[in-house]
Amino acid sequence: MKKILITLIVFALAPSISLAGPKIEVLHWWTSGGEAAALKVLKDDFAANGGEWLDMPVTGGGGDAANVTLKARIVAGDPPSASQIKGPTIQEYDQEGVVAPYHIDEIAQAEGWDNLLDPMIAAVHKCQNNSGPYCAAPVNIHRIDWIWANKEVFDNNGLSMPTTWDELNAAADTLKAAGIIPFAHGGQPWQDATVFEAVAMGLGGNNYYKNCYVKLQENCLRSETTVKVFDQMRKLQSYTDEGSPGRDWNVATGMVIEGKAGFQIMGDWAKGEFTAAGKSPGWDYFCSPTPSNNGYLYNVDSFIFYKTTDPDKVAGQKLLAKLMMGKNFQKVFNLYKGSIPARLDVPMDEFDDCAKKSNADIKTAGEKGGLLPSFAHGMAQGNTIKAALQDVITEHFNSDMSSVDAANALADTVLANM
Amino acid sequence: MFKWLEKNLPKIVLAPSVGLISWFVYGFVLWTFYISFTNSKILPKYELWGVGQYVKLWKTHKWLIAVDNLLIFTVLFLVICTVIGVVLAIFLDQKIRAEGVLRTIYLYPMALSFIVTGTAWKWILNPTLGIQKLFIDMGFENFTFDWLVNRDMAIYTIVIAGVWQSSGFVMALFLAGLRSIEDEIVKAAKIDGANLFTLYWKILIPMMRPVFFTSFVILVHISIKSYDLIVALTQGGPGISTTMPALFMTQTAFHKSQVALSAASAIMMFMAVAAVIIPYLYSELRRENVS
Repeated sequence: MKKILITLIVFALAPSISLAGPKIEVLHWWTSGGEAAALKVLKDDFAANGGEWLDMPVTGGGGDAANVTLKARIVAGDPPSASQIKGPTIQEYDQEGVVAPYHIDEIAQAEGWDNLLDPMIAAVHKCQNNSGPYCAAPVNIHRIDWIWANKEVFDNNGLSMPTTWDELNAAADTLKAAGIIPFAHGGQPWQDATVFEAVAMGLGGNNYYKNCYVKLQENCLRSETTVKVFDQMRKLQSYTDEGSPGRDWNVATGMVIEGKAGFQIMGDWAKGEFTAAGKSPGWDYFCSPTPSNNGYLYNVDSFIFYKTTDPDKVAGQKLLAKLMMGKNFQKVFNLYKGSIPARLDVPMDEFDDCAKKSNADIKTAGEKGGLLPSFAHGMAQGNTIKAALQDVITEHFNSDMSSVDAANALADTVLANM
Repeated sequence: MFKWLEKNLPKIVLAPSVGLISWFVYGFVLWTFYISFTNSKILPKYELWGVGQYVKLWKTHKWLIAVDNLLIFTVLFLVICTVIGVVLAIFLDQKIRAEGVLRTIYLYPMALSFIVTGTAWKWILNPTLGIQKLFIDMGFENFTFDWLVNRDMAIYTIVIAGVWQSSGFVMALFLAGLRSIEDEIVKAAKIDGANLFTLYWKILIPMMRPVFFTSFVILVHISIKSYDLIVALTQGGPGISTTMPALFMTQTAFHKSQVALSAASAIMMFMAVAAVIIPYLYSELRRENVS
């Protein structure tokens, strides 16, 4: 009896005798094929450096379920050590006071992040209104404004990749006349918004985009240019097929891969679908940016590090931040994910043509003032404004609302939600 | 000691459940009520702010669409479910041979979760995959049934899926009600010369008032709560045309980072349910006191 009691006590106490060392608890939603493989690189790196990784994956594409879990834990006073996050939300959580003190700033200063990142992207990851210490680390840069086209469909109809929106409309008309669905689109609000922002930046210009969707100026939102953007959206809608509402983005990509449709406007994660289907750029499909004036809509995946007092967890946060911005990790991760490294000095030889183009374009766009945060993917605005804009865009796309009404609704909803 | 235990045992056994329910259900309803008077955005805050959220709620375009859809859905859902349920119950009450089998078939949809129902009907109603394609392939080239992707008609597809799921349940309630009526009444009516139609329309259906009330209460509360059906069938689309209050509440809290506004919409839903349940409870209790 006594022996049993002692054994039980030992087993009960055993878990608390754990190794001291860097520990990290990471909340994320990268659970599908390519993403999970990409994250494994980081996990292995962390373990190789003596750390203990506690994985907290929450499935659900856009991170919706993960965000709910995250909020529940923050309210309970027990945030994870790190979580996947997007731009402006970093500032939102900082204002709630759950991020300070900013442990990883030490690493950021030591490694010289200011010199390794584009200044606009670096600012996104600094807390206290984008000008204080670093509190988050970027892992990649996604480009939103791509056209993905089926080469065979385009060749058979004598089309080349359009360089202006008029050319795109003409190409779509040709395809429609030939009986092929011109524009493969998934009718979900975020996809409607993705196309809208590419059109807005392309038709309206970089300054228009900045004034309307980053600075939210009312007279910009109500302007003639916005009406033109909505007109083009109406035109694009006429090129979609009946099954479009509710369709998932990867099903639409599938339509382009199989040649059922001509092209899709989607971010660079669509490239993963082509690769998984064994297609190569230039041979089976074309990738080119949507027509614009050196514009580049970016979306950065980041990890934020929350407040903690446990010294093991602080060590874990610092180690993870250091590894995340490491050259090797940035290269391998982005090869798997389809995006390009956030760090500017990673060699691009192993990346494919589309990624190389993206990497070259980002430097040009940065110099010419065309490097713009995507609002549809939560980089330019927080969730409230993003959702408000999205609702108007998707309502216009799915009804016969006039462009003038839509432009005014856009301005009204921004004012109501400021 | 034992006598006291014996007398109070039921109360002791029930106490944990009552305690848990009081805290986790009613306690949190009160919490939501409190939050709806604050200005919480991404995380709950506890400083009182006033009734601004309610004012903002009733000015929100999406909420007005949601309320509209709720009214359309509830009325149609209620009426069609009840009619189909009563008719099916009357047919099954005719002491037919395969009654057991038919009853099970009609009741089966209720065993499915709304997500399964929504997904299956999404495929059936999709113009490029389902009914429309079937008819076009059969040769009716101009046949269209694209309600699902039409922003004005999409709400009616939700009614179709909801009715399919719940009619069986209403049928079961009414069948039980019909069966509980004594044979003497039916015999007396037949002796008086009532035909089948008069028998049902003038005598048996009016006798089933309590069953009407029960099914009404259950259907209304299913309708106000409906969330998984919308998510599976249309995701609130096309655009935002099939938004319903429960979907609005979830989206506002978690995707729009506006916890207080979402709490206000939740309290509105709560009041809508209370407006139905409280008169029902009152009438039931009054009847008990009288009898």
